[in-house]
Amino acid sequence: MPTVEVSFTAVPAHVRTARLVALAVARRAGVDEGLLDEVRLAVGEACSRAVTVNQQRAADTAVVMRLTDEQDRFSVEVIDCGPLESATGGTDLDDLGSDVLDAADEGEEAHGDLPPGFGLAVISGLVEDLVVDSDLDGTHVRMTWPADDVMAPKVG
Amino acid sequence: MDLSLSTRTEGDRTVVTVGGEIDVYTAPKLREQLIDLVSSGKYNLIVDMEGVDFLDSTGLGVLVGGLKRVRAHEGSLRLVCTQERILKIFRITGLTKVFPIHASVDEALSATD
Repeated sequence: MPTVEVSFTAVPAHVRTARLVALAVARRAGVDEGLLDEVRLAVGEACSRAVTVNQQRAADTAVVMRLTDEQDRFSVEVIDCGPLESATGGTDLDDLGSDVLDAADEGEEAHGDLPPGFGLAVISGLVEDLVVDSDLDGTHVRMTWPADDVMAPKVG
Repeated sequence: MDLSLSTRTEGDRTVVTVGGEIDVYTAPKLREQLIDLVSSGKYNLIVDMEGVDFLDSTGLGVLVGGLKRVRAHEGSLRLVCTQERILKIFRITGLTKVFPIHASVDEALSATD
């Protein structure tokens, strides 16, 4: 069972709230201070992506974020209601830098200037322990970080 | 923290000072600002990001869009950033190869290449 579960309407304004909640729970779970920026960015990317997916698929469906504080790790699962972008997996971050300028010119929507799958590619560049599961019902992006077991009794 | 934006002219360059969080919610404001500047003939932009607390890929997309627009007019878009947490996302996406990144506004103002 997740420690904290947040479910929010698929609008960009709530992504910041999700980041703040994730950051607070990560800190409490004992994630190292030096990793918290990474948690904040990765959770933000995952939630932004999920908001975009739901807005395109089924705008009434909420984005779900599950935060789980286990003994020595902290995991965040972000769930949307759409399939994975086709470009994901083949996106090579080293090539992205030079390729983005050649990409088809801008749409006016949020990610219009970057290729599909860019957000997920950023997450994979940030998070070592990343699992992405996708089926017809949606995509689960699960990210895990090491955490101190702050609730464990101190020895000695 | 919301996004704050201000602009000033320095010779033939325009400095856009950005503060706060650039994410999927606030990035459209920055996009509008960059589009307005290019529409009014400002093609040499310096985006000062020293006051930026958070930047995600949506924000990167807006900066890339701005770069494309000024390049269409043979202009430039330079960034000012020394914060490691912000520089990291440019590095992992390879965008350090695309944007000139300077340590101060003065350095960006005097850059010519």
